[in-house]
Amino acid sequence: MTGKNIKVLIAKPGLDGHDRGAKVIARGLKEAGMEVVYTGLRQTPAQIVRAALQEDVDVIGLSILSGAHQELFPVIMDELEEAGLEDILVLAGGTIPDSDHQELKEIGIKEIFKPGTPIKEIVEFIEKELAE
Amino acid sequence: MRKSWQNKMKITAEQVFAGEEKVIARAISLIENERQQVFPLLKELYSRSELAYLLGVTGPPGSGKSTLVAKIVSGWVREGNKVAVIAIDPTSEFSGGALLGDRIRMDDISTNKDVFIRSMATRGYLGGLNPAIFDTVVVLSAAGYKKIVIETVGVGQNEIDIVSLADTTLVVTVPEAGDEVQAFKAGLMEAGDIFVLNKADHPEVNKMELVLKQMLRLGNTAGEQAENRWEVPIVKTIATTEKGIAELNKTIAEHQEFLTEKGENQKAPGKIISNHLIHLLEESLKRKYLDPLKESPAFAKLLQEIAAKKTDPYSAMEELMANFKERLG
Ligand SMILES: Nc1nc2c(ncn2[C@@H]2O[C@H](COP(=O)(O)OP(=O)(O)O)[C@@H](O)[C@H]2O)c(=O)[nH]1
Ligand SMILES: [Mg+2]
Repeated sequence: MTGKNIKVLIAKPGLDGHDRGAKVIARGLKEAGMEVVYTGLRQTPAQIVRAALQEDVDVIGLSILSGAHQELFPVIMDELEEAGLEDILVLAGGTIPDSDHQELKEIGIKEIFKPGTPIKEIVEFIEKELAE
Repeated sequence: MRKSWQNKMKITAEQVFAGEEKVIARAISLIENERQQVFPLLKELYSRSELAYLLGVTGPPGSGKSTLVAKIVSGWVREGNKVAVIAIDPTSEFSGGALLGDRIRMDDISTNKDVFIRSMATRGYLGGLNPAIFDTVVVLSAAGYKKIVIETVGVGQNEIDIVSLADTTLVVTVPEAGDEVQAFKAGLMEAGDIFVLNKADHPEVNKMELVLKQMLRLGNTAGEQAENRWEVPIVKTIATTEKGIAELNKTIAEHQEFLTEKGENQKAPGKIISNHLIHLLEESLKRKYLDPLKESPAFAKLLQEIAAKKTDPYSAMEELMANFKERLG
């Protein structure tokens, strides 16, 4: 795998208190050769957007378990656009019911990965998207 | 979709001076990934601005560096400063990837409008510090950040380089460090301007303080006359609370004052530039000469000849060096 020179922000919006899944993804992407900024638990949309801006990442991975995605993701997407960062590839993962996927894709989230998705699949998705 | 740095956004010096975060962030990405493209910009920024005051923070992983940095920076911002943080983490030798986790401890400052935080990977520079880090300092200084903190892990060559770059170097240690103290002896002991004994809530703190004091006393006996010398202090902190932070900030300010009073002698700015120039040369020799050489048929042929014992690596090197001189012309 060659994630060379790809910079990713892994962020955990929402109030849920554990980030094992997010850390596994962060480590997996690192092992695929990417530079992964991890910001820790309970990030507000403002913190996520500011980190994406300052770190100049190519990809944002939003990990959420709290079920607050419908509330938080649109705010994040709006604030990204406001900051002129609409060209960042945004992905999501965690516990997001299938029935919400379409709606999230409509606001610009490119793909939603279910818990247990092999890292390889995520890496390949990112590489393919960034190559276009 | 983009890779941010492949986006051929043209950045002018005026834009950097104006200080817009998106421009600064993009300039740093160019510095990391498109070095030659960004040299014209760096030339202009360097000649038209002064380098900021640099605080280096180093010490073992988990000693509380990032937590401390957030506290130090909060204090500076309250005094009205614009502050930038460069948080460096190691690149994995195996994958080339890196996990940049320093922001986790910087929540308190991460949305402050006067603070710019950038995480950078070491990217495996054999000769020491990735030259991109100095170049990033040039950009941030030009963008109006008057104080810059560089956080870096451990006690390797990178850190020794950070020390030569920084105006003031904090060496962070913790009561449970034990074996790491041995490592300090080797390199960083002489390099620290201020020792921070963090996690002072730990029961072993007094014992550790004694050990540090003894080691510092040994270091302090050599060298300059007492009146010209900075006596390396030990500041005890609990970075997760405010304990010791005010004193630490005061001590940092005193060191900065000490440097100003002493003039240029102390920091030896010539040395910083000398290091950077050497790093830039190594980098461009690698790019212009060594990398293409490795791919060339002549190189493959030499390897075959070595394998067949028609020549040896030493003669091959001499031959290549002669050739190299020609190319440099
Ligand atoms: N008990 C205690 N924990 C601390 C203190 N300072 C930092 N920590 C904790 O130590 C861990 C590592 O801190 P971090 O700032 O990431 O260390 P770094 O790796 O040196 O940057 C975190 O869990 C902090 O909350 C302290 O003074 N006392
Ligand atoms: Mg850290």
